[in-house]
Amino acid sequence: MNTDQTLSTHDASQLEMEAICKSLQPCMQCGTCSASCPNAFAMAATPRELWRLLLLGFADEALAAGSFWMCSSCYTCTLRCPRGLPLTEAMAALRRLAARCYPEKTGTNATFYKTFLDNVRTYGRVQESALMTSYFLTMKSPTLPFAFLPLGLRMLGKGKLHGPSGTQKGRLEGMFQHAAIQGDRP
Amino acid sequence: MKYAYYPGCSLRESAQEFDVSVRAVMERLGVEIEEIPDWTCCGASAAESVDHNLSLALPARNLALAEKAMPGLDVLVPCSACYLNLLKLQRSVLADKSVMAETNALIGGEGLAYTGKTGRVRHLLDVLINDIGPEAVRRKVEKPLHGITVAPYYGCQILRPYRVFDDPERPSSMEPILEALGAAIHPWNMGGRCCGASLMATHKEAALVSVGEILRAASAPPGGHDGEEAGGADVIATVCPMCQMNLDAYQGQALRTGGADGAITVLYLSQLIGLALGLPAQQILLEKNLAVTGAFREKLVHPRELSTAAATTA
Repeated sequence: MNTDQTLSTHDASQLEMEAICKSLQPCMQCGTCSASCPNAFAMAATPRELWRLLLLGFADEALAAGSFWMCSSCYTCTLRCPRGLPLTEAMAALRRLAARCYPEKTGTNATFYKTFLDNVRTYGRVQESALMTSYFLTMKSPTLPFAFLPLGLRMLGKGKLHGPSGTQKGRLEGMFQHAAIQGDRP
Repeated sequence: MKYAYYPGCSLRESAQEFDVSVRAVMERLGVEIEEIPDWTCCGASAAESVDHNLSLALPARNLALAEKAMPGLDVLVPCSACYLNLLKLQRSVLADKSVMAETNALIGGEGLAYTGKTGRVRHLLDVLINDIGPEAVRRKVEKPLHGITVAPYYGCQILRPYRVFDDPERPSSMEPILEALGAAIHPWNMGGRCCGASLMATHKEAALVSVGEILRAASAPPGGHDGEEAGGADVIATVCPMCQMNLDAYQGQALRTGGADGAITVLYLSQLIGLALGLPAQQILLEKNLAVTGAFREKLVHPRELSTAAATTA
């Protein structure tokens, strides 16, 4: 039973990786994406290098490079790609794949997005104060909250921090359950 | 003129001033907006990173609710991220019937279905320029923003990936509105540069670099000009709560990293319009913005006379 599950997860991720690579197939390595990316300076592999790794079959190396965690979804590469490739979507697909199938390579990168969606699942509408609190608790970093402390205090002063609103609480539970049963598909 | 209004979560949270000023300005301009009943999160920038199904279902639920409660009405969205999520969903279901079936299966549990046939997804800026128009805004101006230089900041998601109402490489759609308010435009090429978005939560050091570059370009004198009037922008105008938060709240950290000093006011476009239409500062929640400089407040209280402003510019 367990073996079957592992196998099916493995197959699903394999298919997803194949779909990502297929969408990148026409890449001609011109580098417009890397030159346009505002965050390329902070990536271990630039977007162009990432596509190259994937197309040459170095999926593990591409996932380890983790460049997709540095994508801020600005869509400049997608807009400018002379081949019209869905590069920003590929970055998001890689984040989904990495978080689900290679958590050991993902570290804490997926935590914020996961915590965000948990917050949406609970409250229906994002509750920012509760979101940041859960994020700090999940990250278990002693220094992270302090990086946001000055802002937190200023927002408190502006009356922008408050307990979560319950107006839409639980509203999306059914949808989340349904989406989970359907299974994630690219 | 009437729209189905999707405020989105941020406008109920840290961006209350955006929601309140949009409502006040729309009322002043004679535009009716009705909130979509029972709306929920659109998925923000998180859903697509976690679960493909949810990145379809979350925006679809809201559009289906709008279609059901207010058939045929365009959906007005002030938040750029919500706007793109809703627009992308509409385009996806219209382009591919299997995506529509998949989406409707996900939201069908509540008895909802989305056809995408009526009601376009419209960003606030699109509606301001193309439906209301700068002339209609100009006619309502009571306190022109003379002597105030605005850096129009568009951010990413209203410009890219879809080319809808502006040039994604050289955006300028805010300019006719700002000119109608009597403001001067800060000439710069950073209007479409990314603010770092959610990297501010996950990789702050990278986002601060982007924010620093944008803030410095807004404060810098435009090239080829000098003298008293060439001091850079007094205020950055934004149309996205994420951009506003990143540019407004992290100025100290962003500028310290880069070695520059000084803060700059960052307001929502709707707040600037409200001020020019004569709404009091409390009514557009000016006190909620984090970085409103003394110099900017001074210019609001003592606006430069038109003749003086014109003479100095000339």
